[in-house]
Amino acid sequence: MTTMTIAKAINEGLRATLAGNPKSLLMGEDIGPLGGVYRVTDGLIGEFGPDRVVDTPLAESGIIGTAIGLALRGYSPVCEIQFDGFVFPGFNQITTQLAKMHARSNGNLTVPVVVRIPYGGGIGSVEHHSESPEALFAHTAGLRIITPSNPHDAYWMIQQAVECADPVIIFEPKRRYWLKGEVDVESPGPSADPFKAHVLREGTDATIVAYGPLVPVALAAANAAEEDGRSVEVIDLRSISPLDFDTVTASVQKTGRLIVAHEAPTFGGIGGEIAARVSERAFHSLEAPVIRVGGFHMPYPVAKVEEDYLPDIDRILEALDRALSY
Amino acid sequence: MGTHLPSTEFDGTAVDDQREADAEAVMGEPPAQMVQLLGPDGTLAADPVYSEYANRLTPEDLRGLYADMASIRRFDIEATALQRQGQLALWVPLTGQEAAQIGSGRASQPQDYIFPTYREHGVALTRNVDLAELLRQFRGVSNGGWNPKDTNFHLYTLVLAAQTLHAVGYAMGIQRDQKSAAQAAKEPDAAVIAYFGDGASSEGDVHESMVFASSYNAPVVFFCQNNHWAISVPTNVQTRVPLSNRAKGYGFPGIRVDGNDVIAVHAVTEWALEHARQGKGPVLIEAFTYRVGAHTTADDPTKYRHSAEEDAWRAKDPLLRLEKYLRAEDLADDAFFAKVKADGDDLAAYVRRTTHDLETPDIRSAFANTYAEAHPLVAEELAWFEEYSSGFAGEEELDAENAGPAAKAGH
Repeated sequence: MTTMTIAKAINEGLRATLAGNPKSLLMGEDIGPLGGVYRVTDGLIGEFGPDRVVDTPLAESGIIGTAIGLALRGYSPVCEIQFDGFVFPGFNQITTQLAKMHARSNGNLTVPVVVRIPYGGGIGSVEHHSESPEALFAHTAGLRIITPSNPHDAYWMIQQAVECADPVIIFEPKRRYWLKGEVDVESPGPSADPFKAHVLREGTDATIVAYGPLVPVALAAANAAEEDGRSVEVIDLRSISPLDFDTVTASVQKTGRLIVAHEAPTFGGIGGEIAARVSERAFHSLEAPVIRVGGFHMPYPVAKVEEDYLPDIDRILEALDRALSY
Repeated sequence: MGTHLPSTEFDGTAVDDQREADAEAVMGEPPAQMVQLLGPDGTLAADPVYSEYANRLTPEDLRGLYADMASIRRFDIEATALQRQGQLALWVPLTGQEAAQIGSGRASQPQDYIFPTYREHGVALTRNVDLAELLRQFRGVSNGGWNPKDTNFHLYTLVLAAQTLHAVGYAMGIQRDQKSAAQAAKEPDAAVIAYFGDGASSEGDVHESMVFASSYNAPVVFFCQNNHWAISVPTNVQTRVPLSNRAKGYGFPGIRVDGNDVIAVHAVTEWALEHARQGKGPVLIEAFTYRVGAHTTADDPTKYRHSAEEDAWRAKDPLLRLEKYLRAEDLADDAFFAKVKADGDDLAAYVRRTTHDLETPDIRSAFANTYAEAHPLVAEELAWFEEYSSGFAGEEELDAENAGPAAKAGH
């Protein structure tokens, strides 16, 4: 076991990938000598050279589009999008080309491209730097979407994403980049399957589902609720597409109550999808409506008021109170 | 007609004069001269650079280029007819662009990789794609129909210009392969061709692809067929300078070639591919040609252009001028042209027969091909579909039984 931050864990995961898979390479803006704006690729260009750690022109469609071409030639590119809000110039390439290439080639072609996107708010930044656009990608068949909440998952997920034959988007919780935790670099252990949810904390009265940056918030809310005598289960979703409905359903069948928390706006979001599926799968287990805690239907607000926008412990506890009042 | 415009510009239109004036105003110099070797009258001219390449073509090669152009034109007529008969949902005719496609496609080598848009049926022919397979997409039974790995001819791309970036990425992969000693020893140098049109040239992906290609000196040839019309919008809405001049801004060569001159297209493309394969970087070729027919079978060109313009371009027909040359030089006789025609009819018959037999796929293949690896949601939805479908088991037989007496009663 080694203690490291999420940013360092991704860095180490990328290092292991580059060392072990000669066809893998990194592409992105400022990922070379600078090491990325979050230093996630720090030091890698020195070790692996500019053909494997590629500082690209400042063009997101170009990054994704050329990565697709490299994948068609047999390479495994890992693209860094500098910030969540800057992925949209590459949205066309991701949704119309990357996601569909395997299907439209009748399975003849695979494009194992990985797209890393630092996402979420809470860093007091300017506009387009704090968004959570995961639902826009989850709606597109052909993509897989995962998001680590801790260094161990971060270390393994990036490597698992590169090994996956399908395109994978990794949403990295940027405000947790400096969160420290234990990483077992010898074995993924329970994290062997990146597309499975993890029950982080068992409980009997209600379930909180969260992912990425809100996992520590959900755990803190559950701990606070315990002081009030409530036993709350917490699930780290880990994968948004595919979504591990089996783990969520099993939990709801036990607790009867479900709160889903994410930073993204609730309307049209992942929480709504989970609520719908759970109502189909576990209708008779539900003691209360599924309650979503998330962002509002507005552009991500200015930094000085983002605390009013972002779900926090109190927002989750308020939702818990409502669920338990039924 | 303006002083600097090449001879195959259609004559005397105000649009062209304005376009030339605009180009000069912006560039501060006349547009690049167009490379033309075989003129509309069938005479072969000399060029200091490209004649060397043209001279490599043997009489057999020249007859082959003619036969290919005739084949693909016959195929185009057949596919249009199949669409009219309801056998295809849509057809995208190429007539007029045979020289641009056959000339460039025949200049490529097997190890090169081709990214087409969706009108490159002629290039497909040169890459040995089964032309009946090509119709799958237009019949609605596949989004591809051929395996690009078999022919190095990628799937058609309908989101315009998206493939230009794939081409550059693929070329970046070739560069890396060449650096790996083991790979370089076993494979000949390769390059990539990205096809797009004058309309797609306005897409941002073309700009980004040229920036990437230039920055990394990628072995890619951008082959722009300027067929003068992006559905109903003329080229002068897409650009105020000759498209080939844009290469200058990216720092690599741009060549305008007479796209109806198969010999010049072949020569220029061969030069560009050699340039790319030798590690000298990208090239932009603008093939100056004309879409004689409609954009698709759903289009109506009479709404936006005059037939006189079409007639002017028919006079520059790529097949006619090569036929004149072959006959004048005694390289082909009546028997050759009769055989080409008969072969074209055979191809048409084959395509017609095969199209009728193209099987409708099972939607289960769409479930299977959405992801390369197992996916629980897809599995769940497929299981639901199977259960739902099983509820209708036996109904087909019932329908057949019910239809039987009714059909008989109708007689």
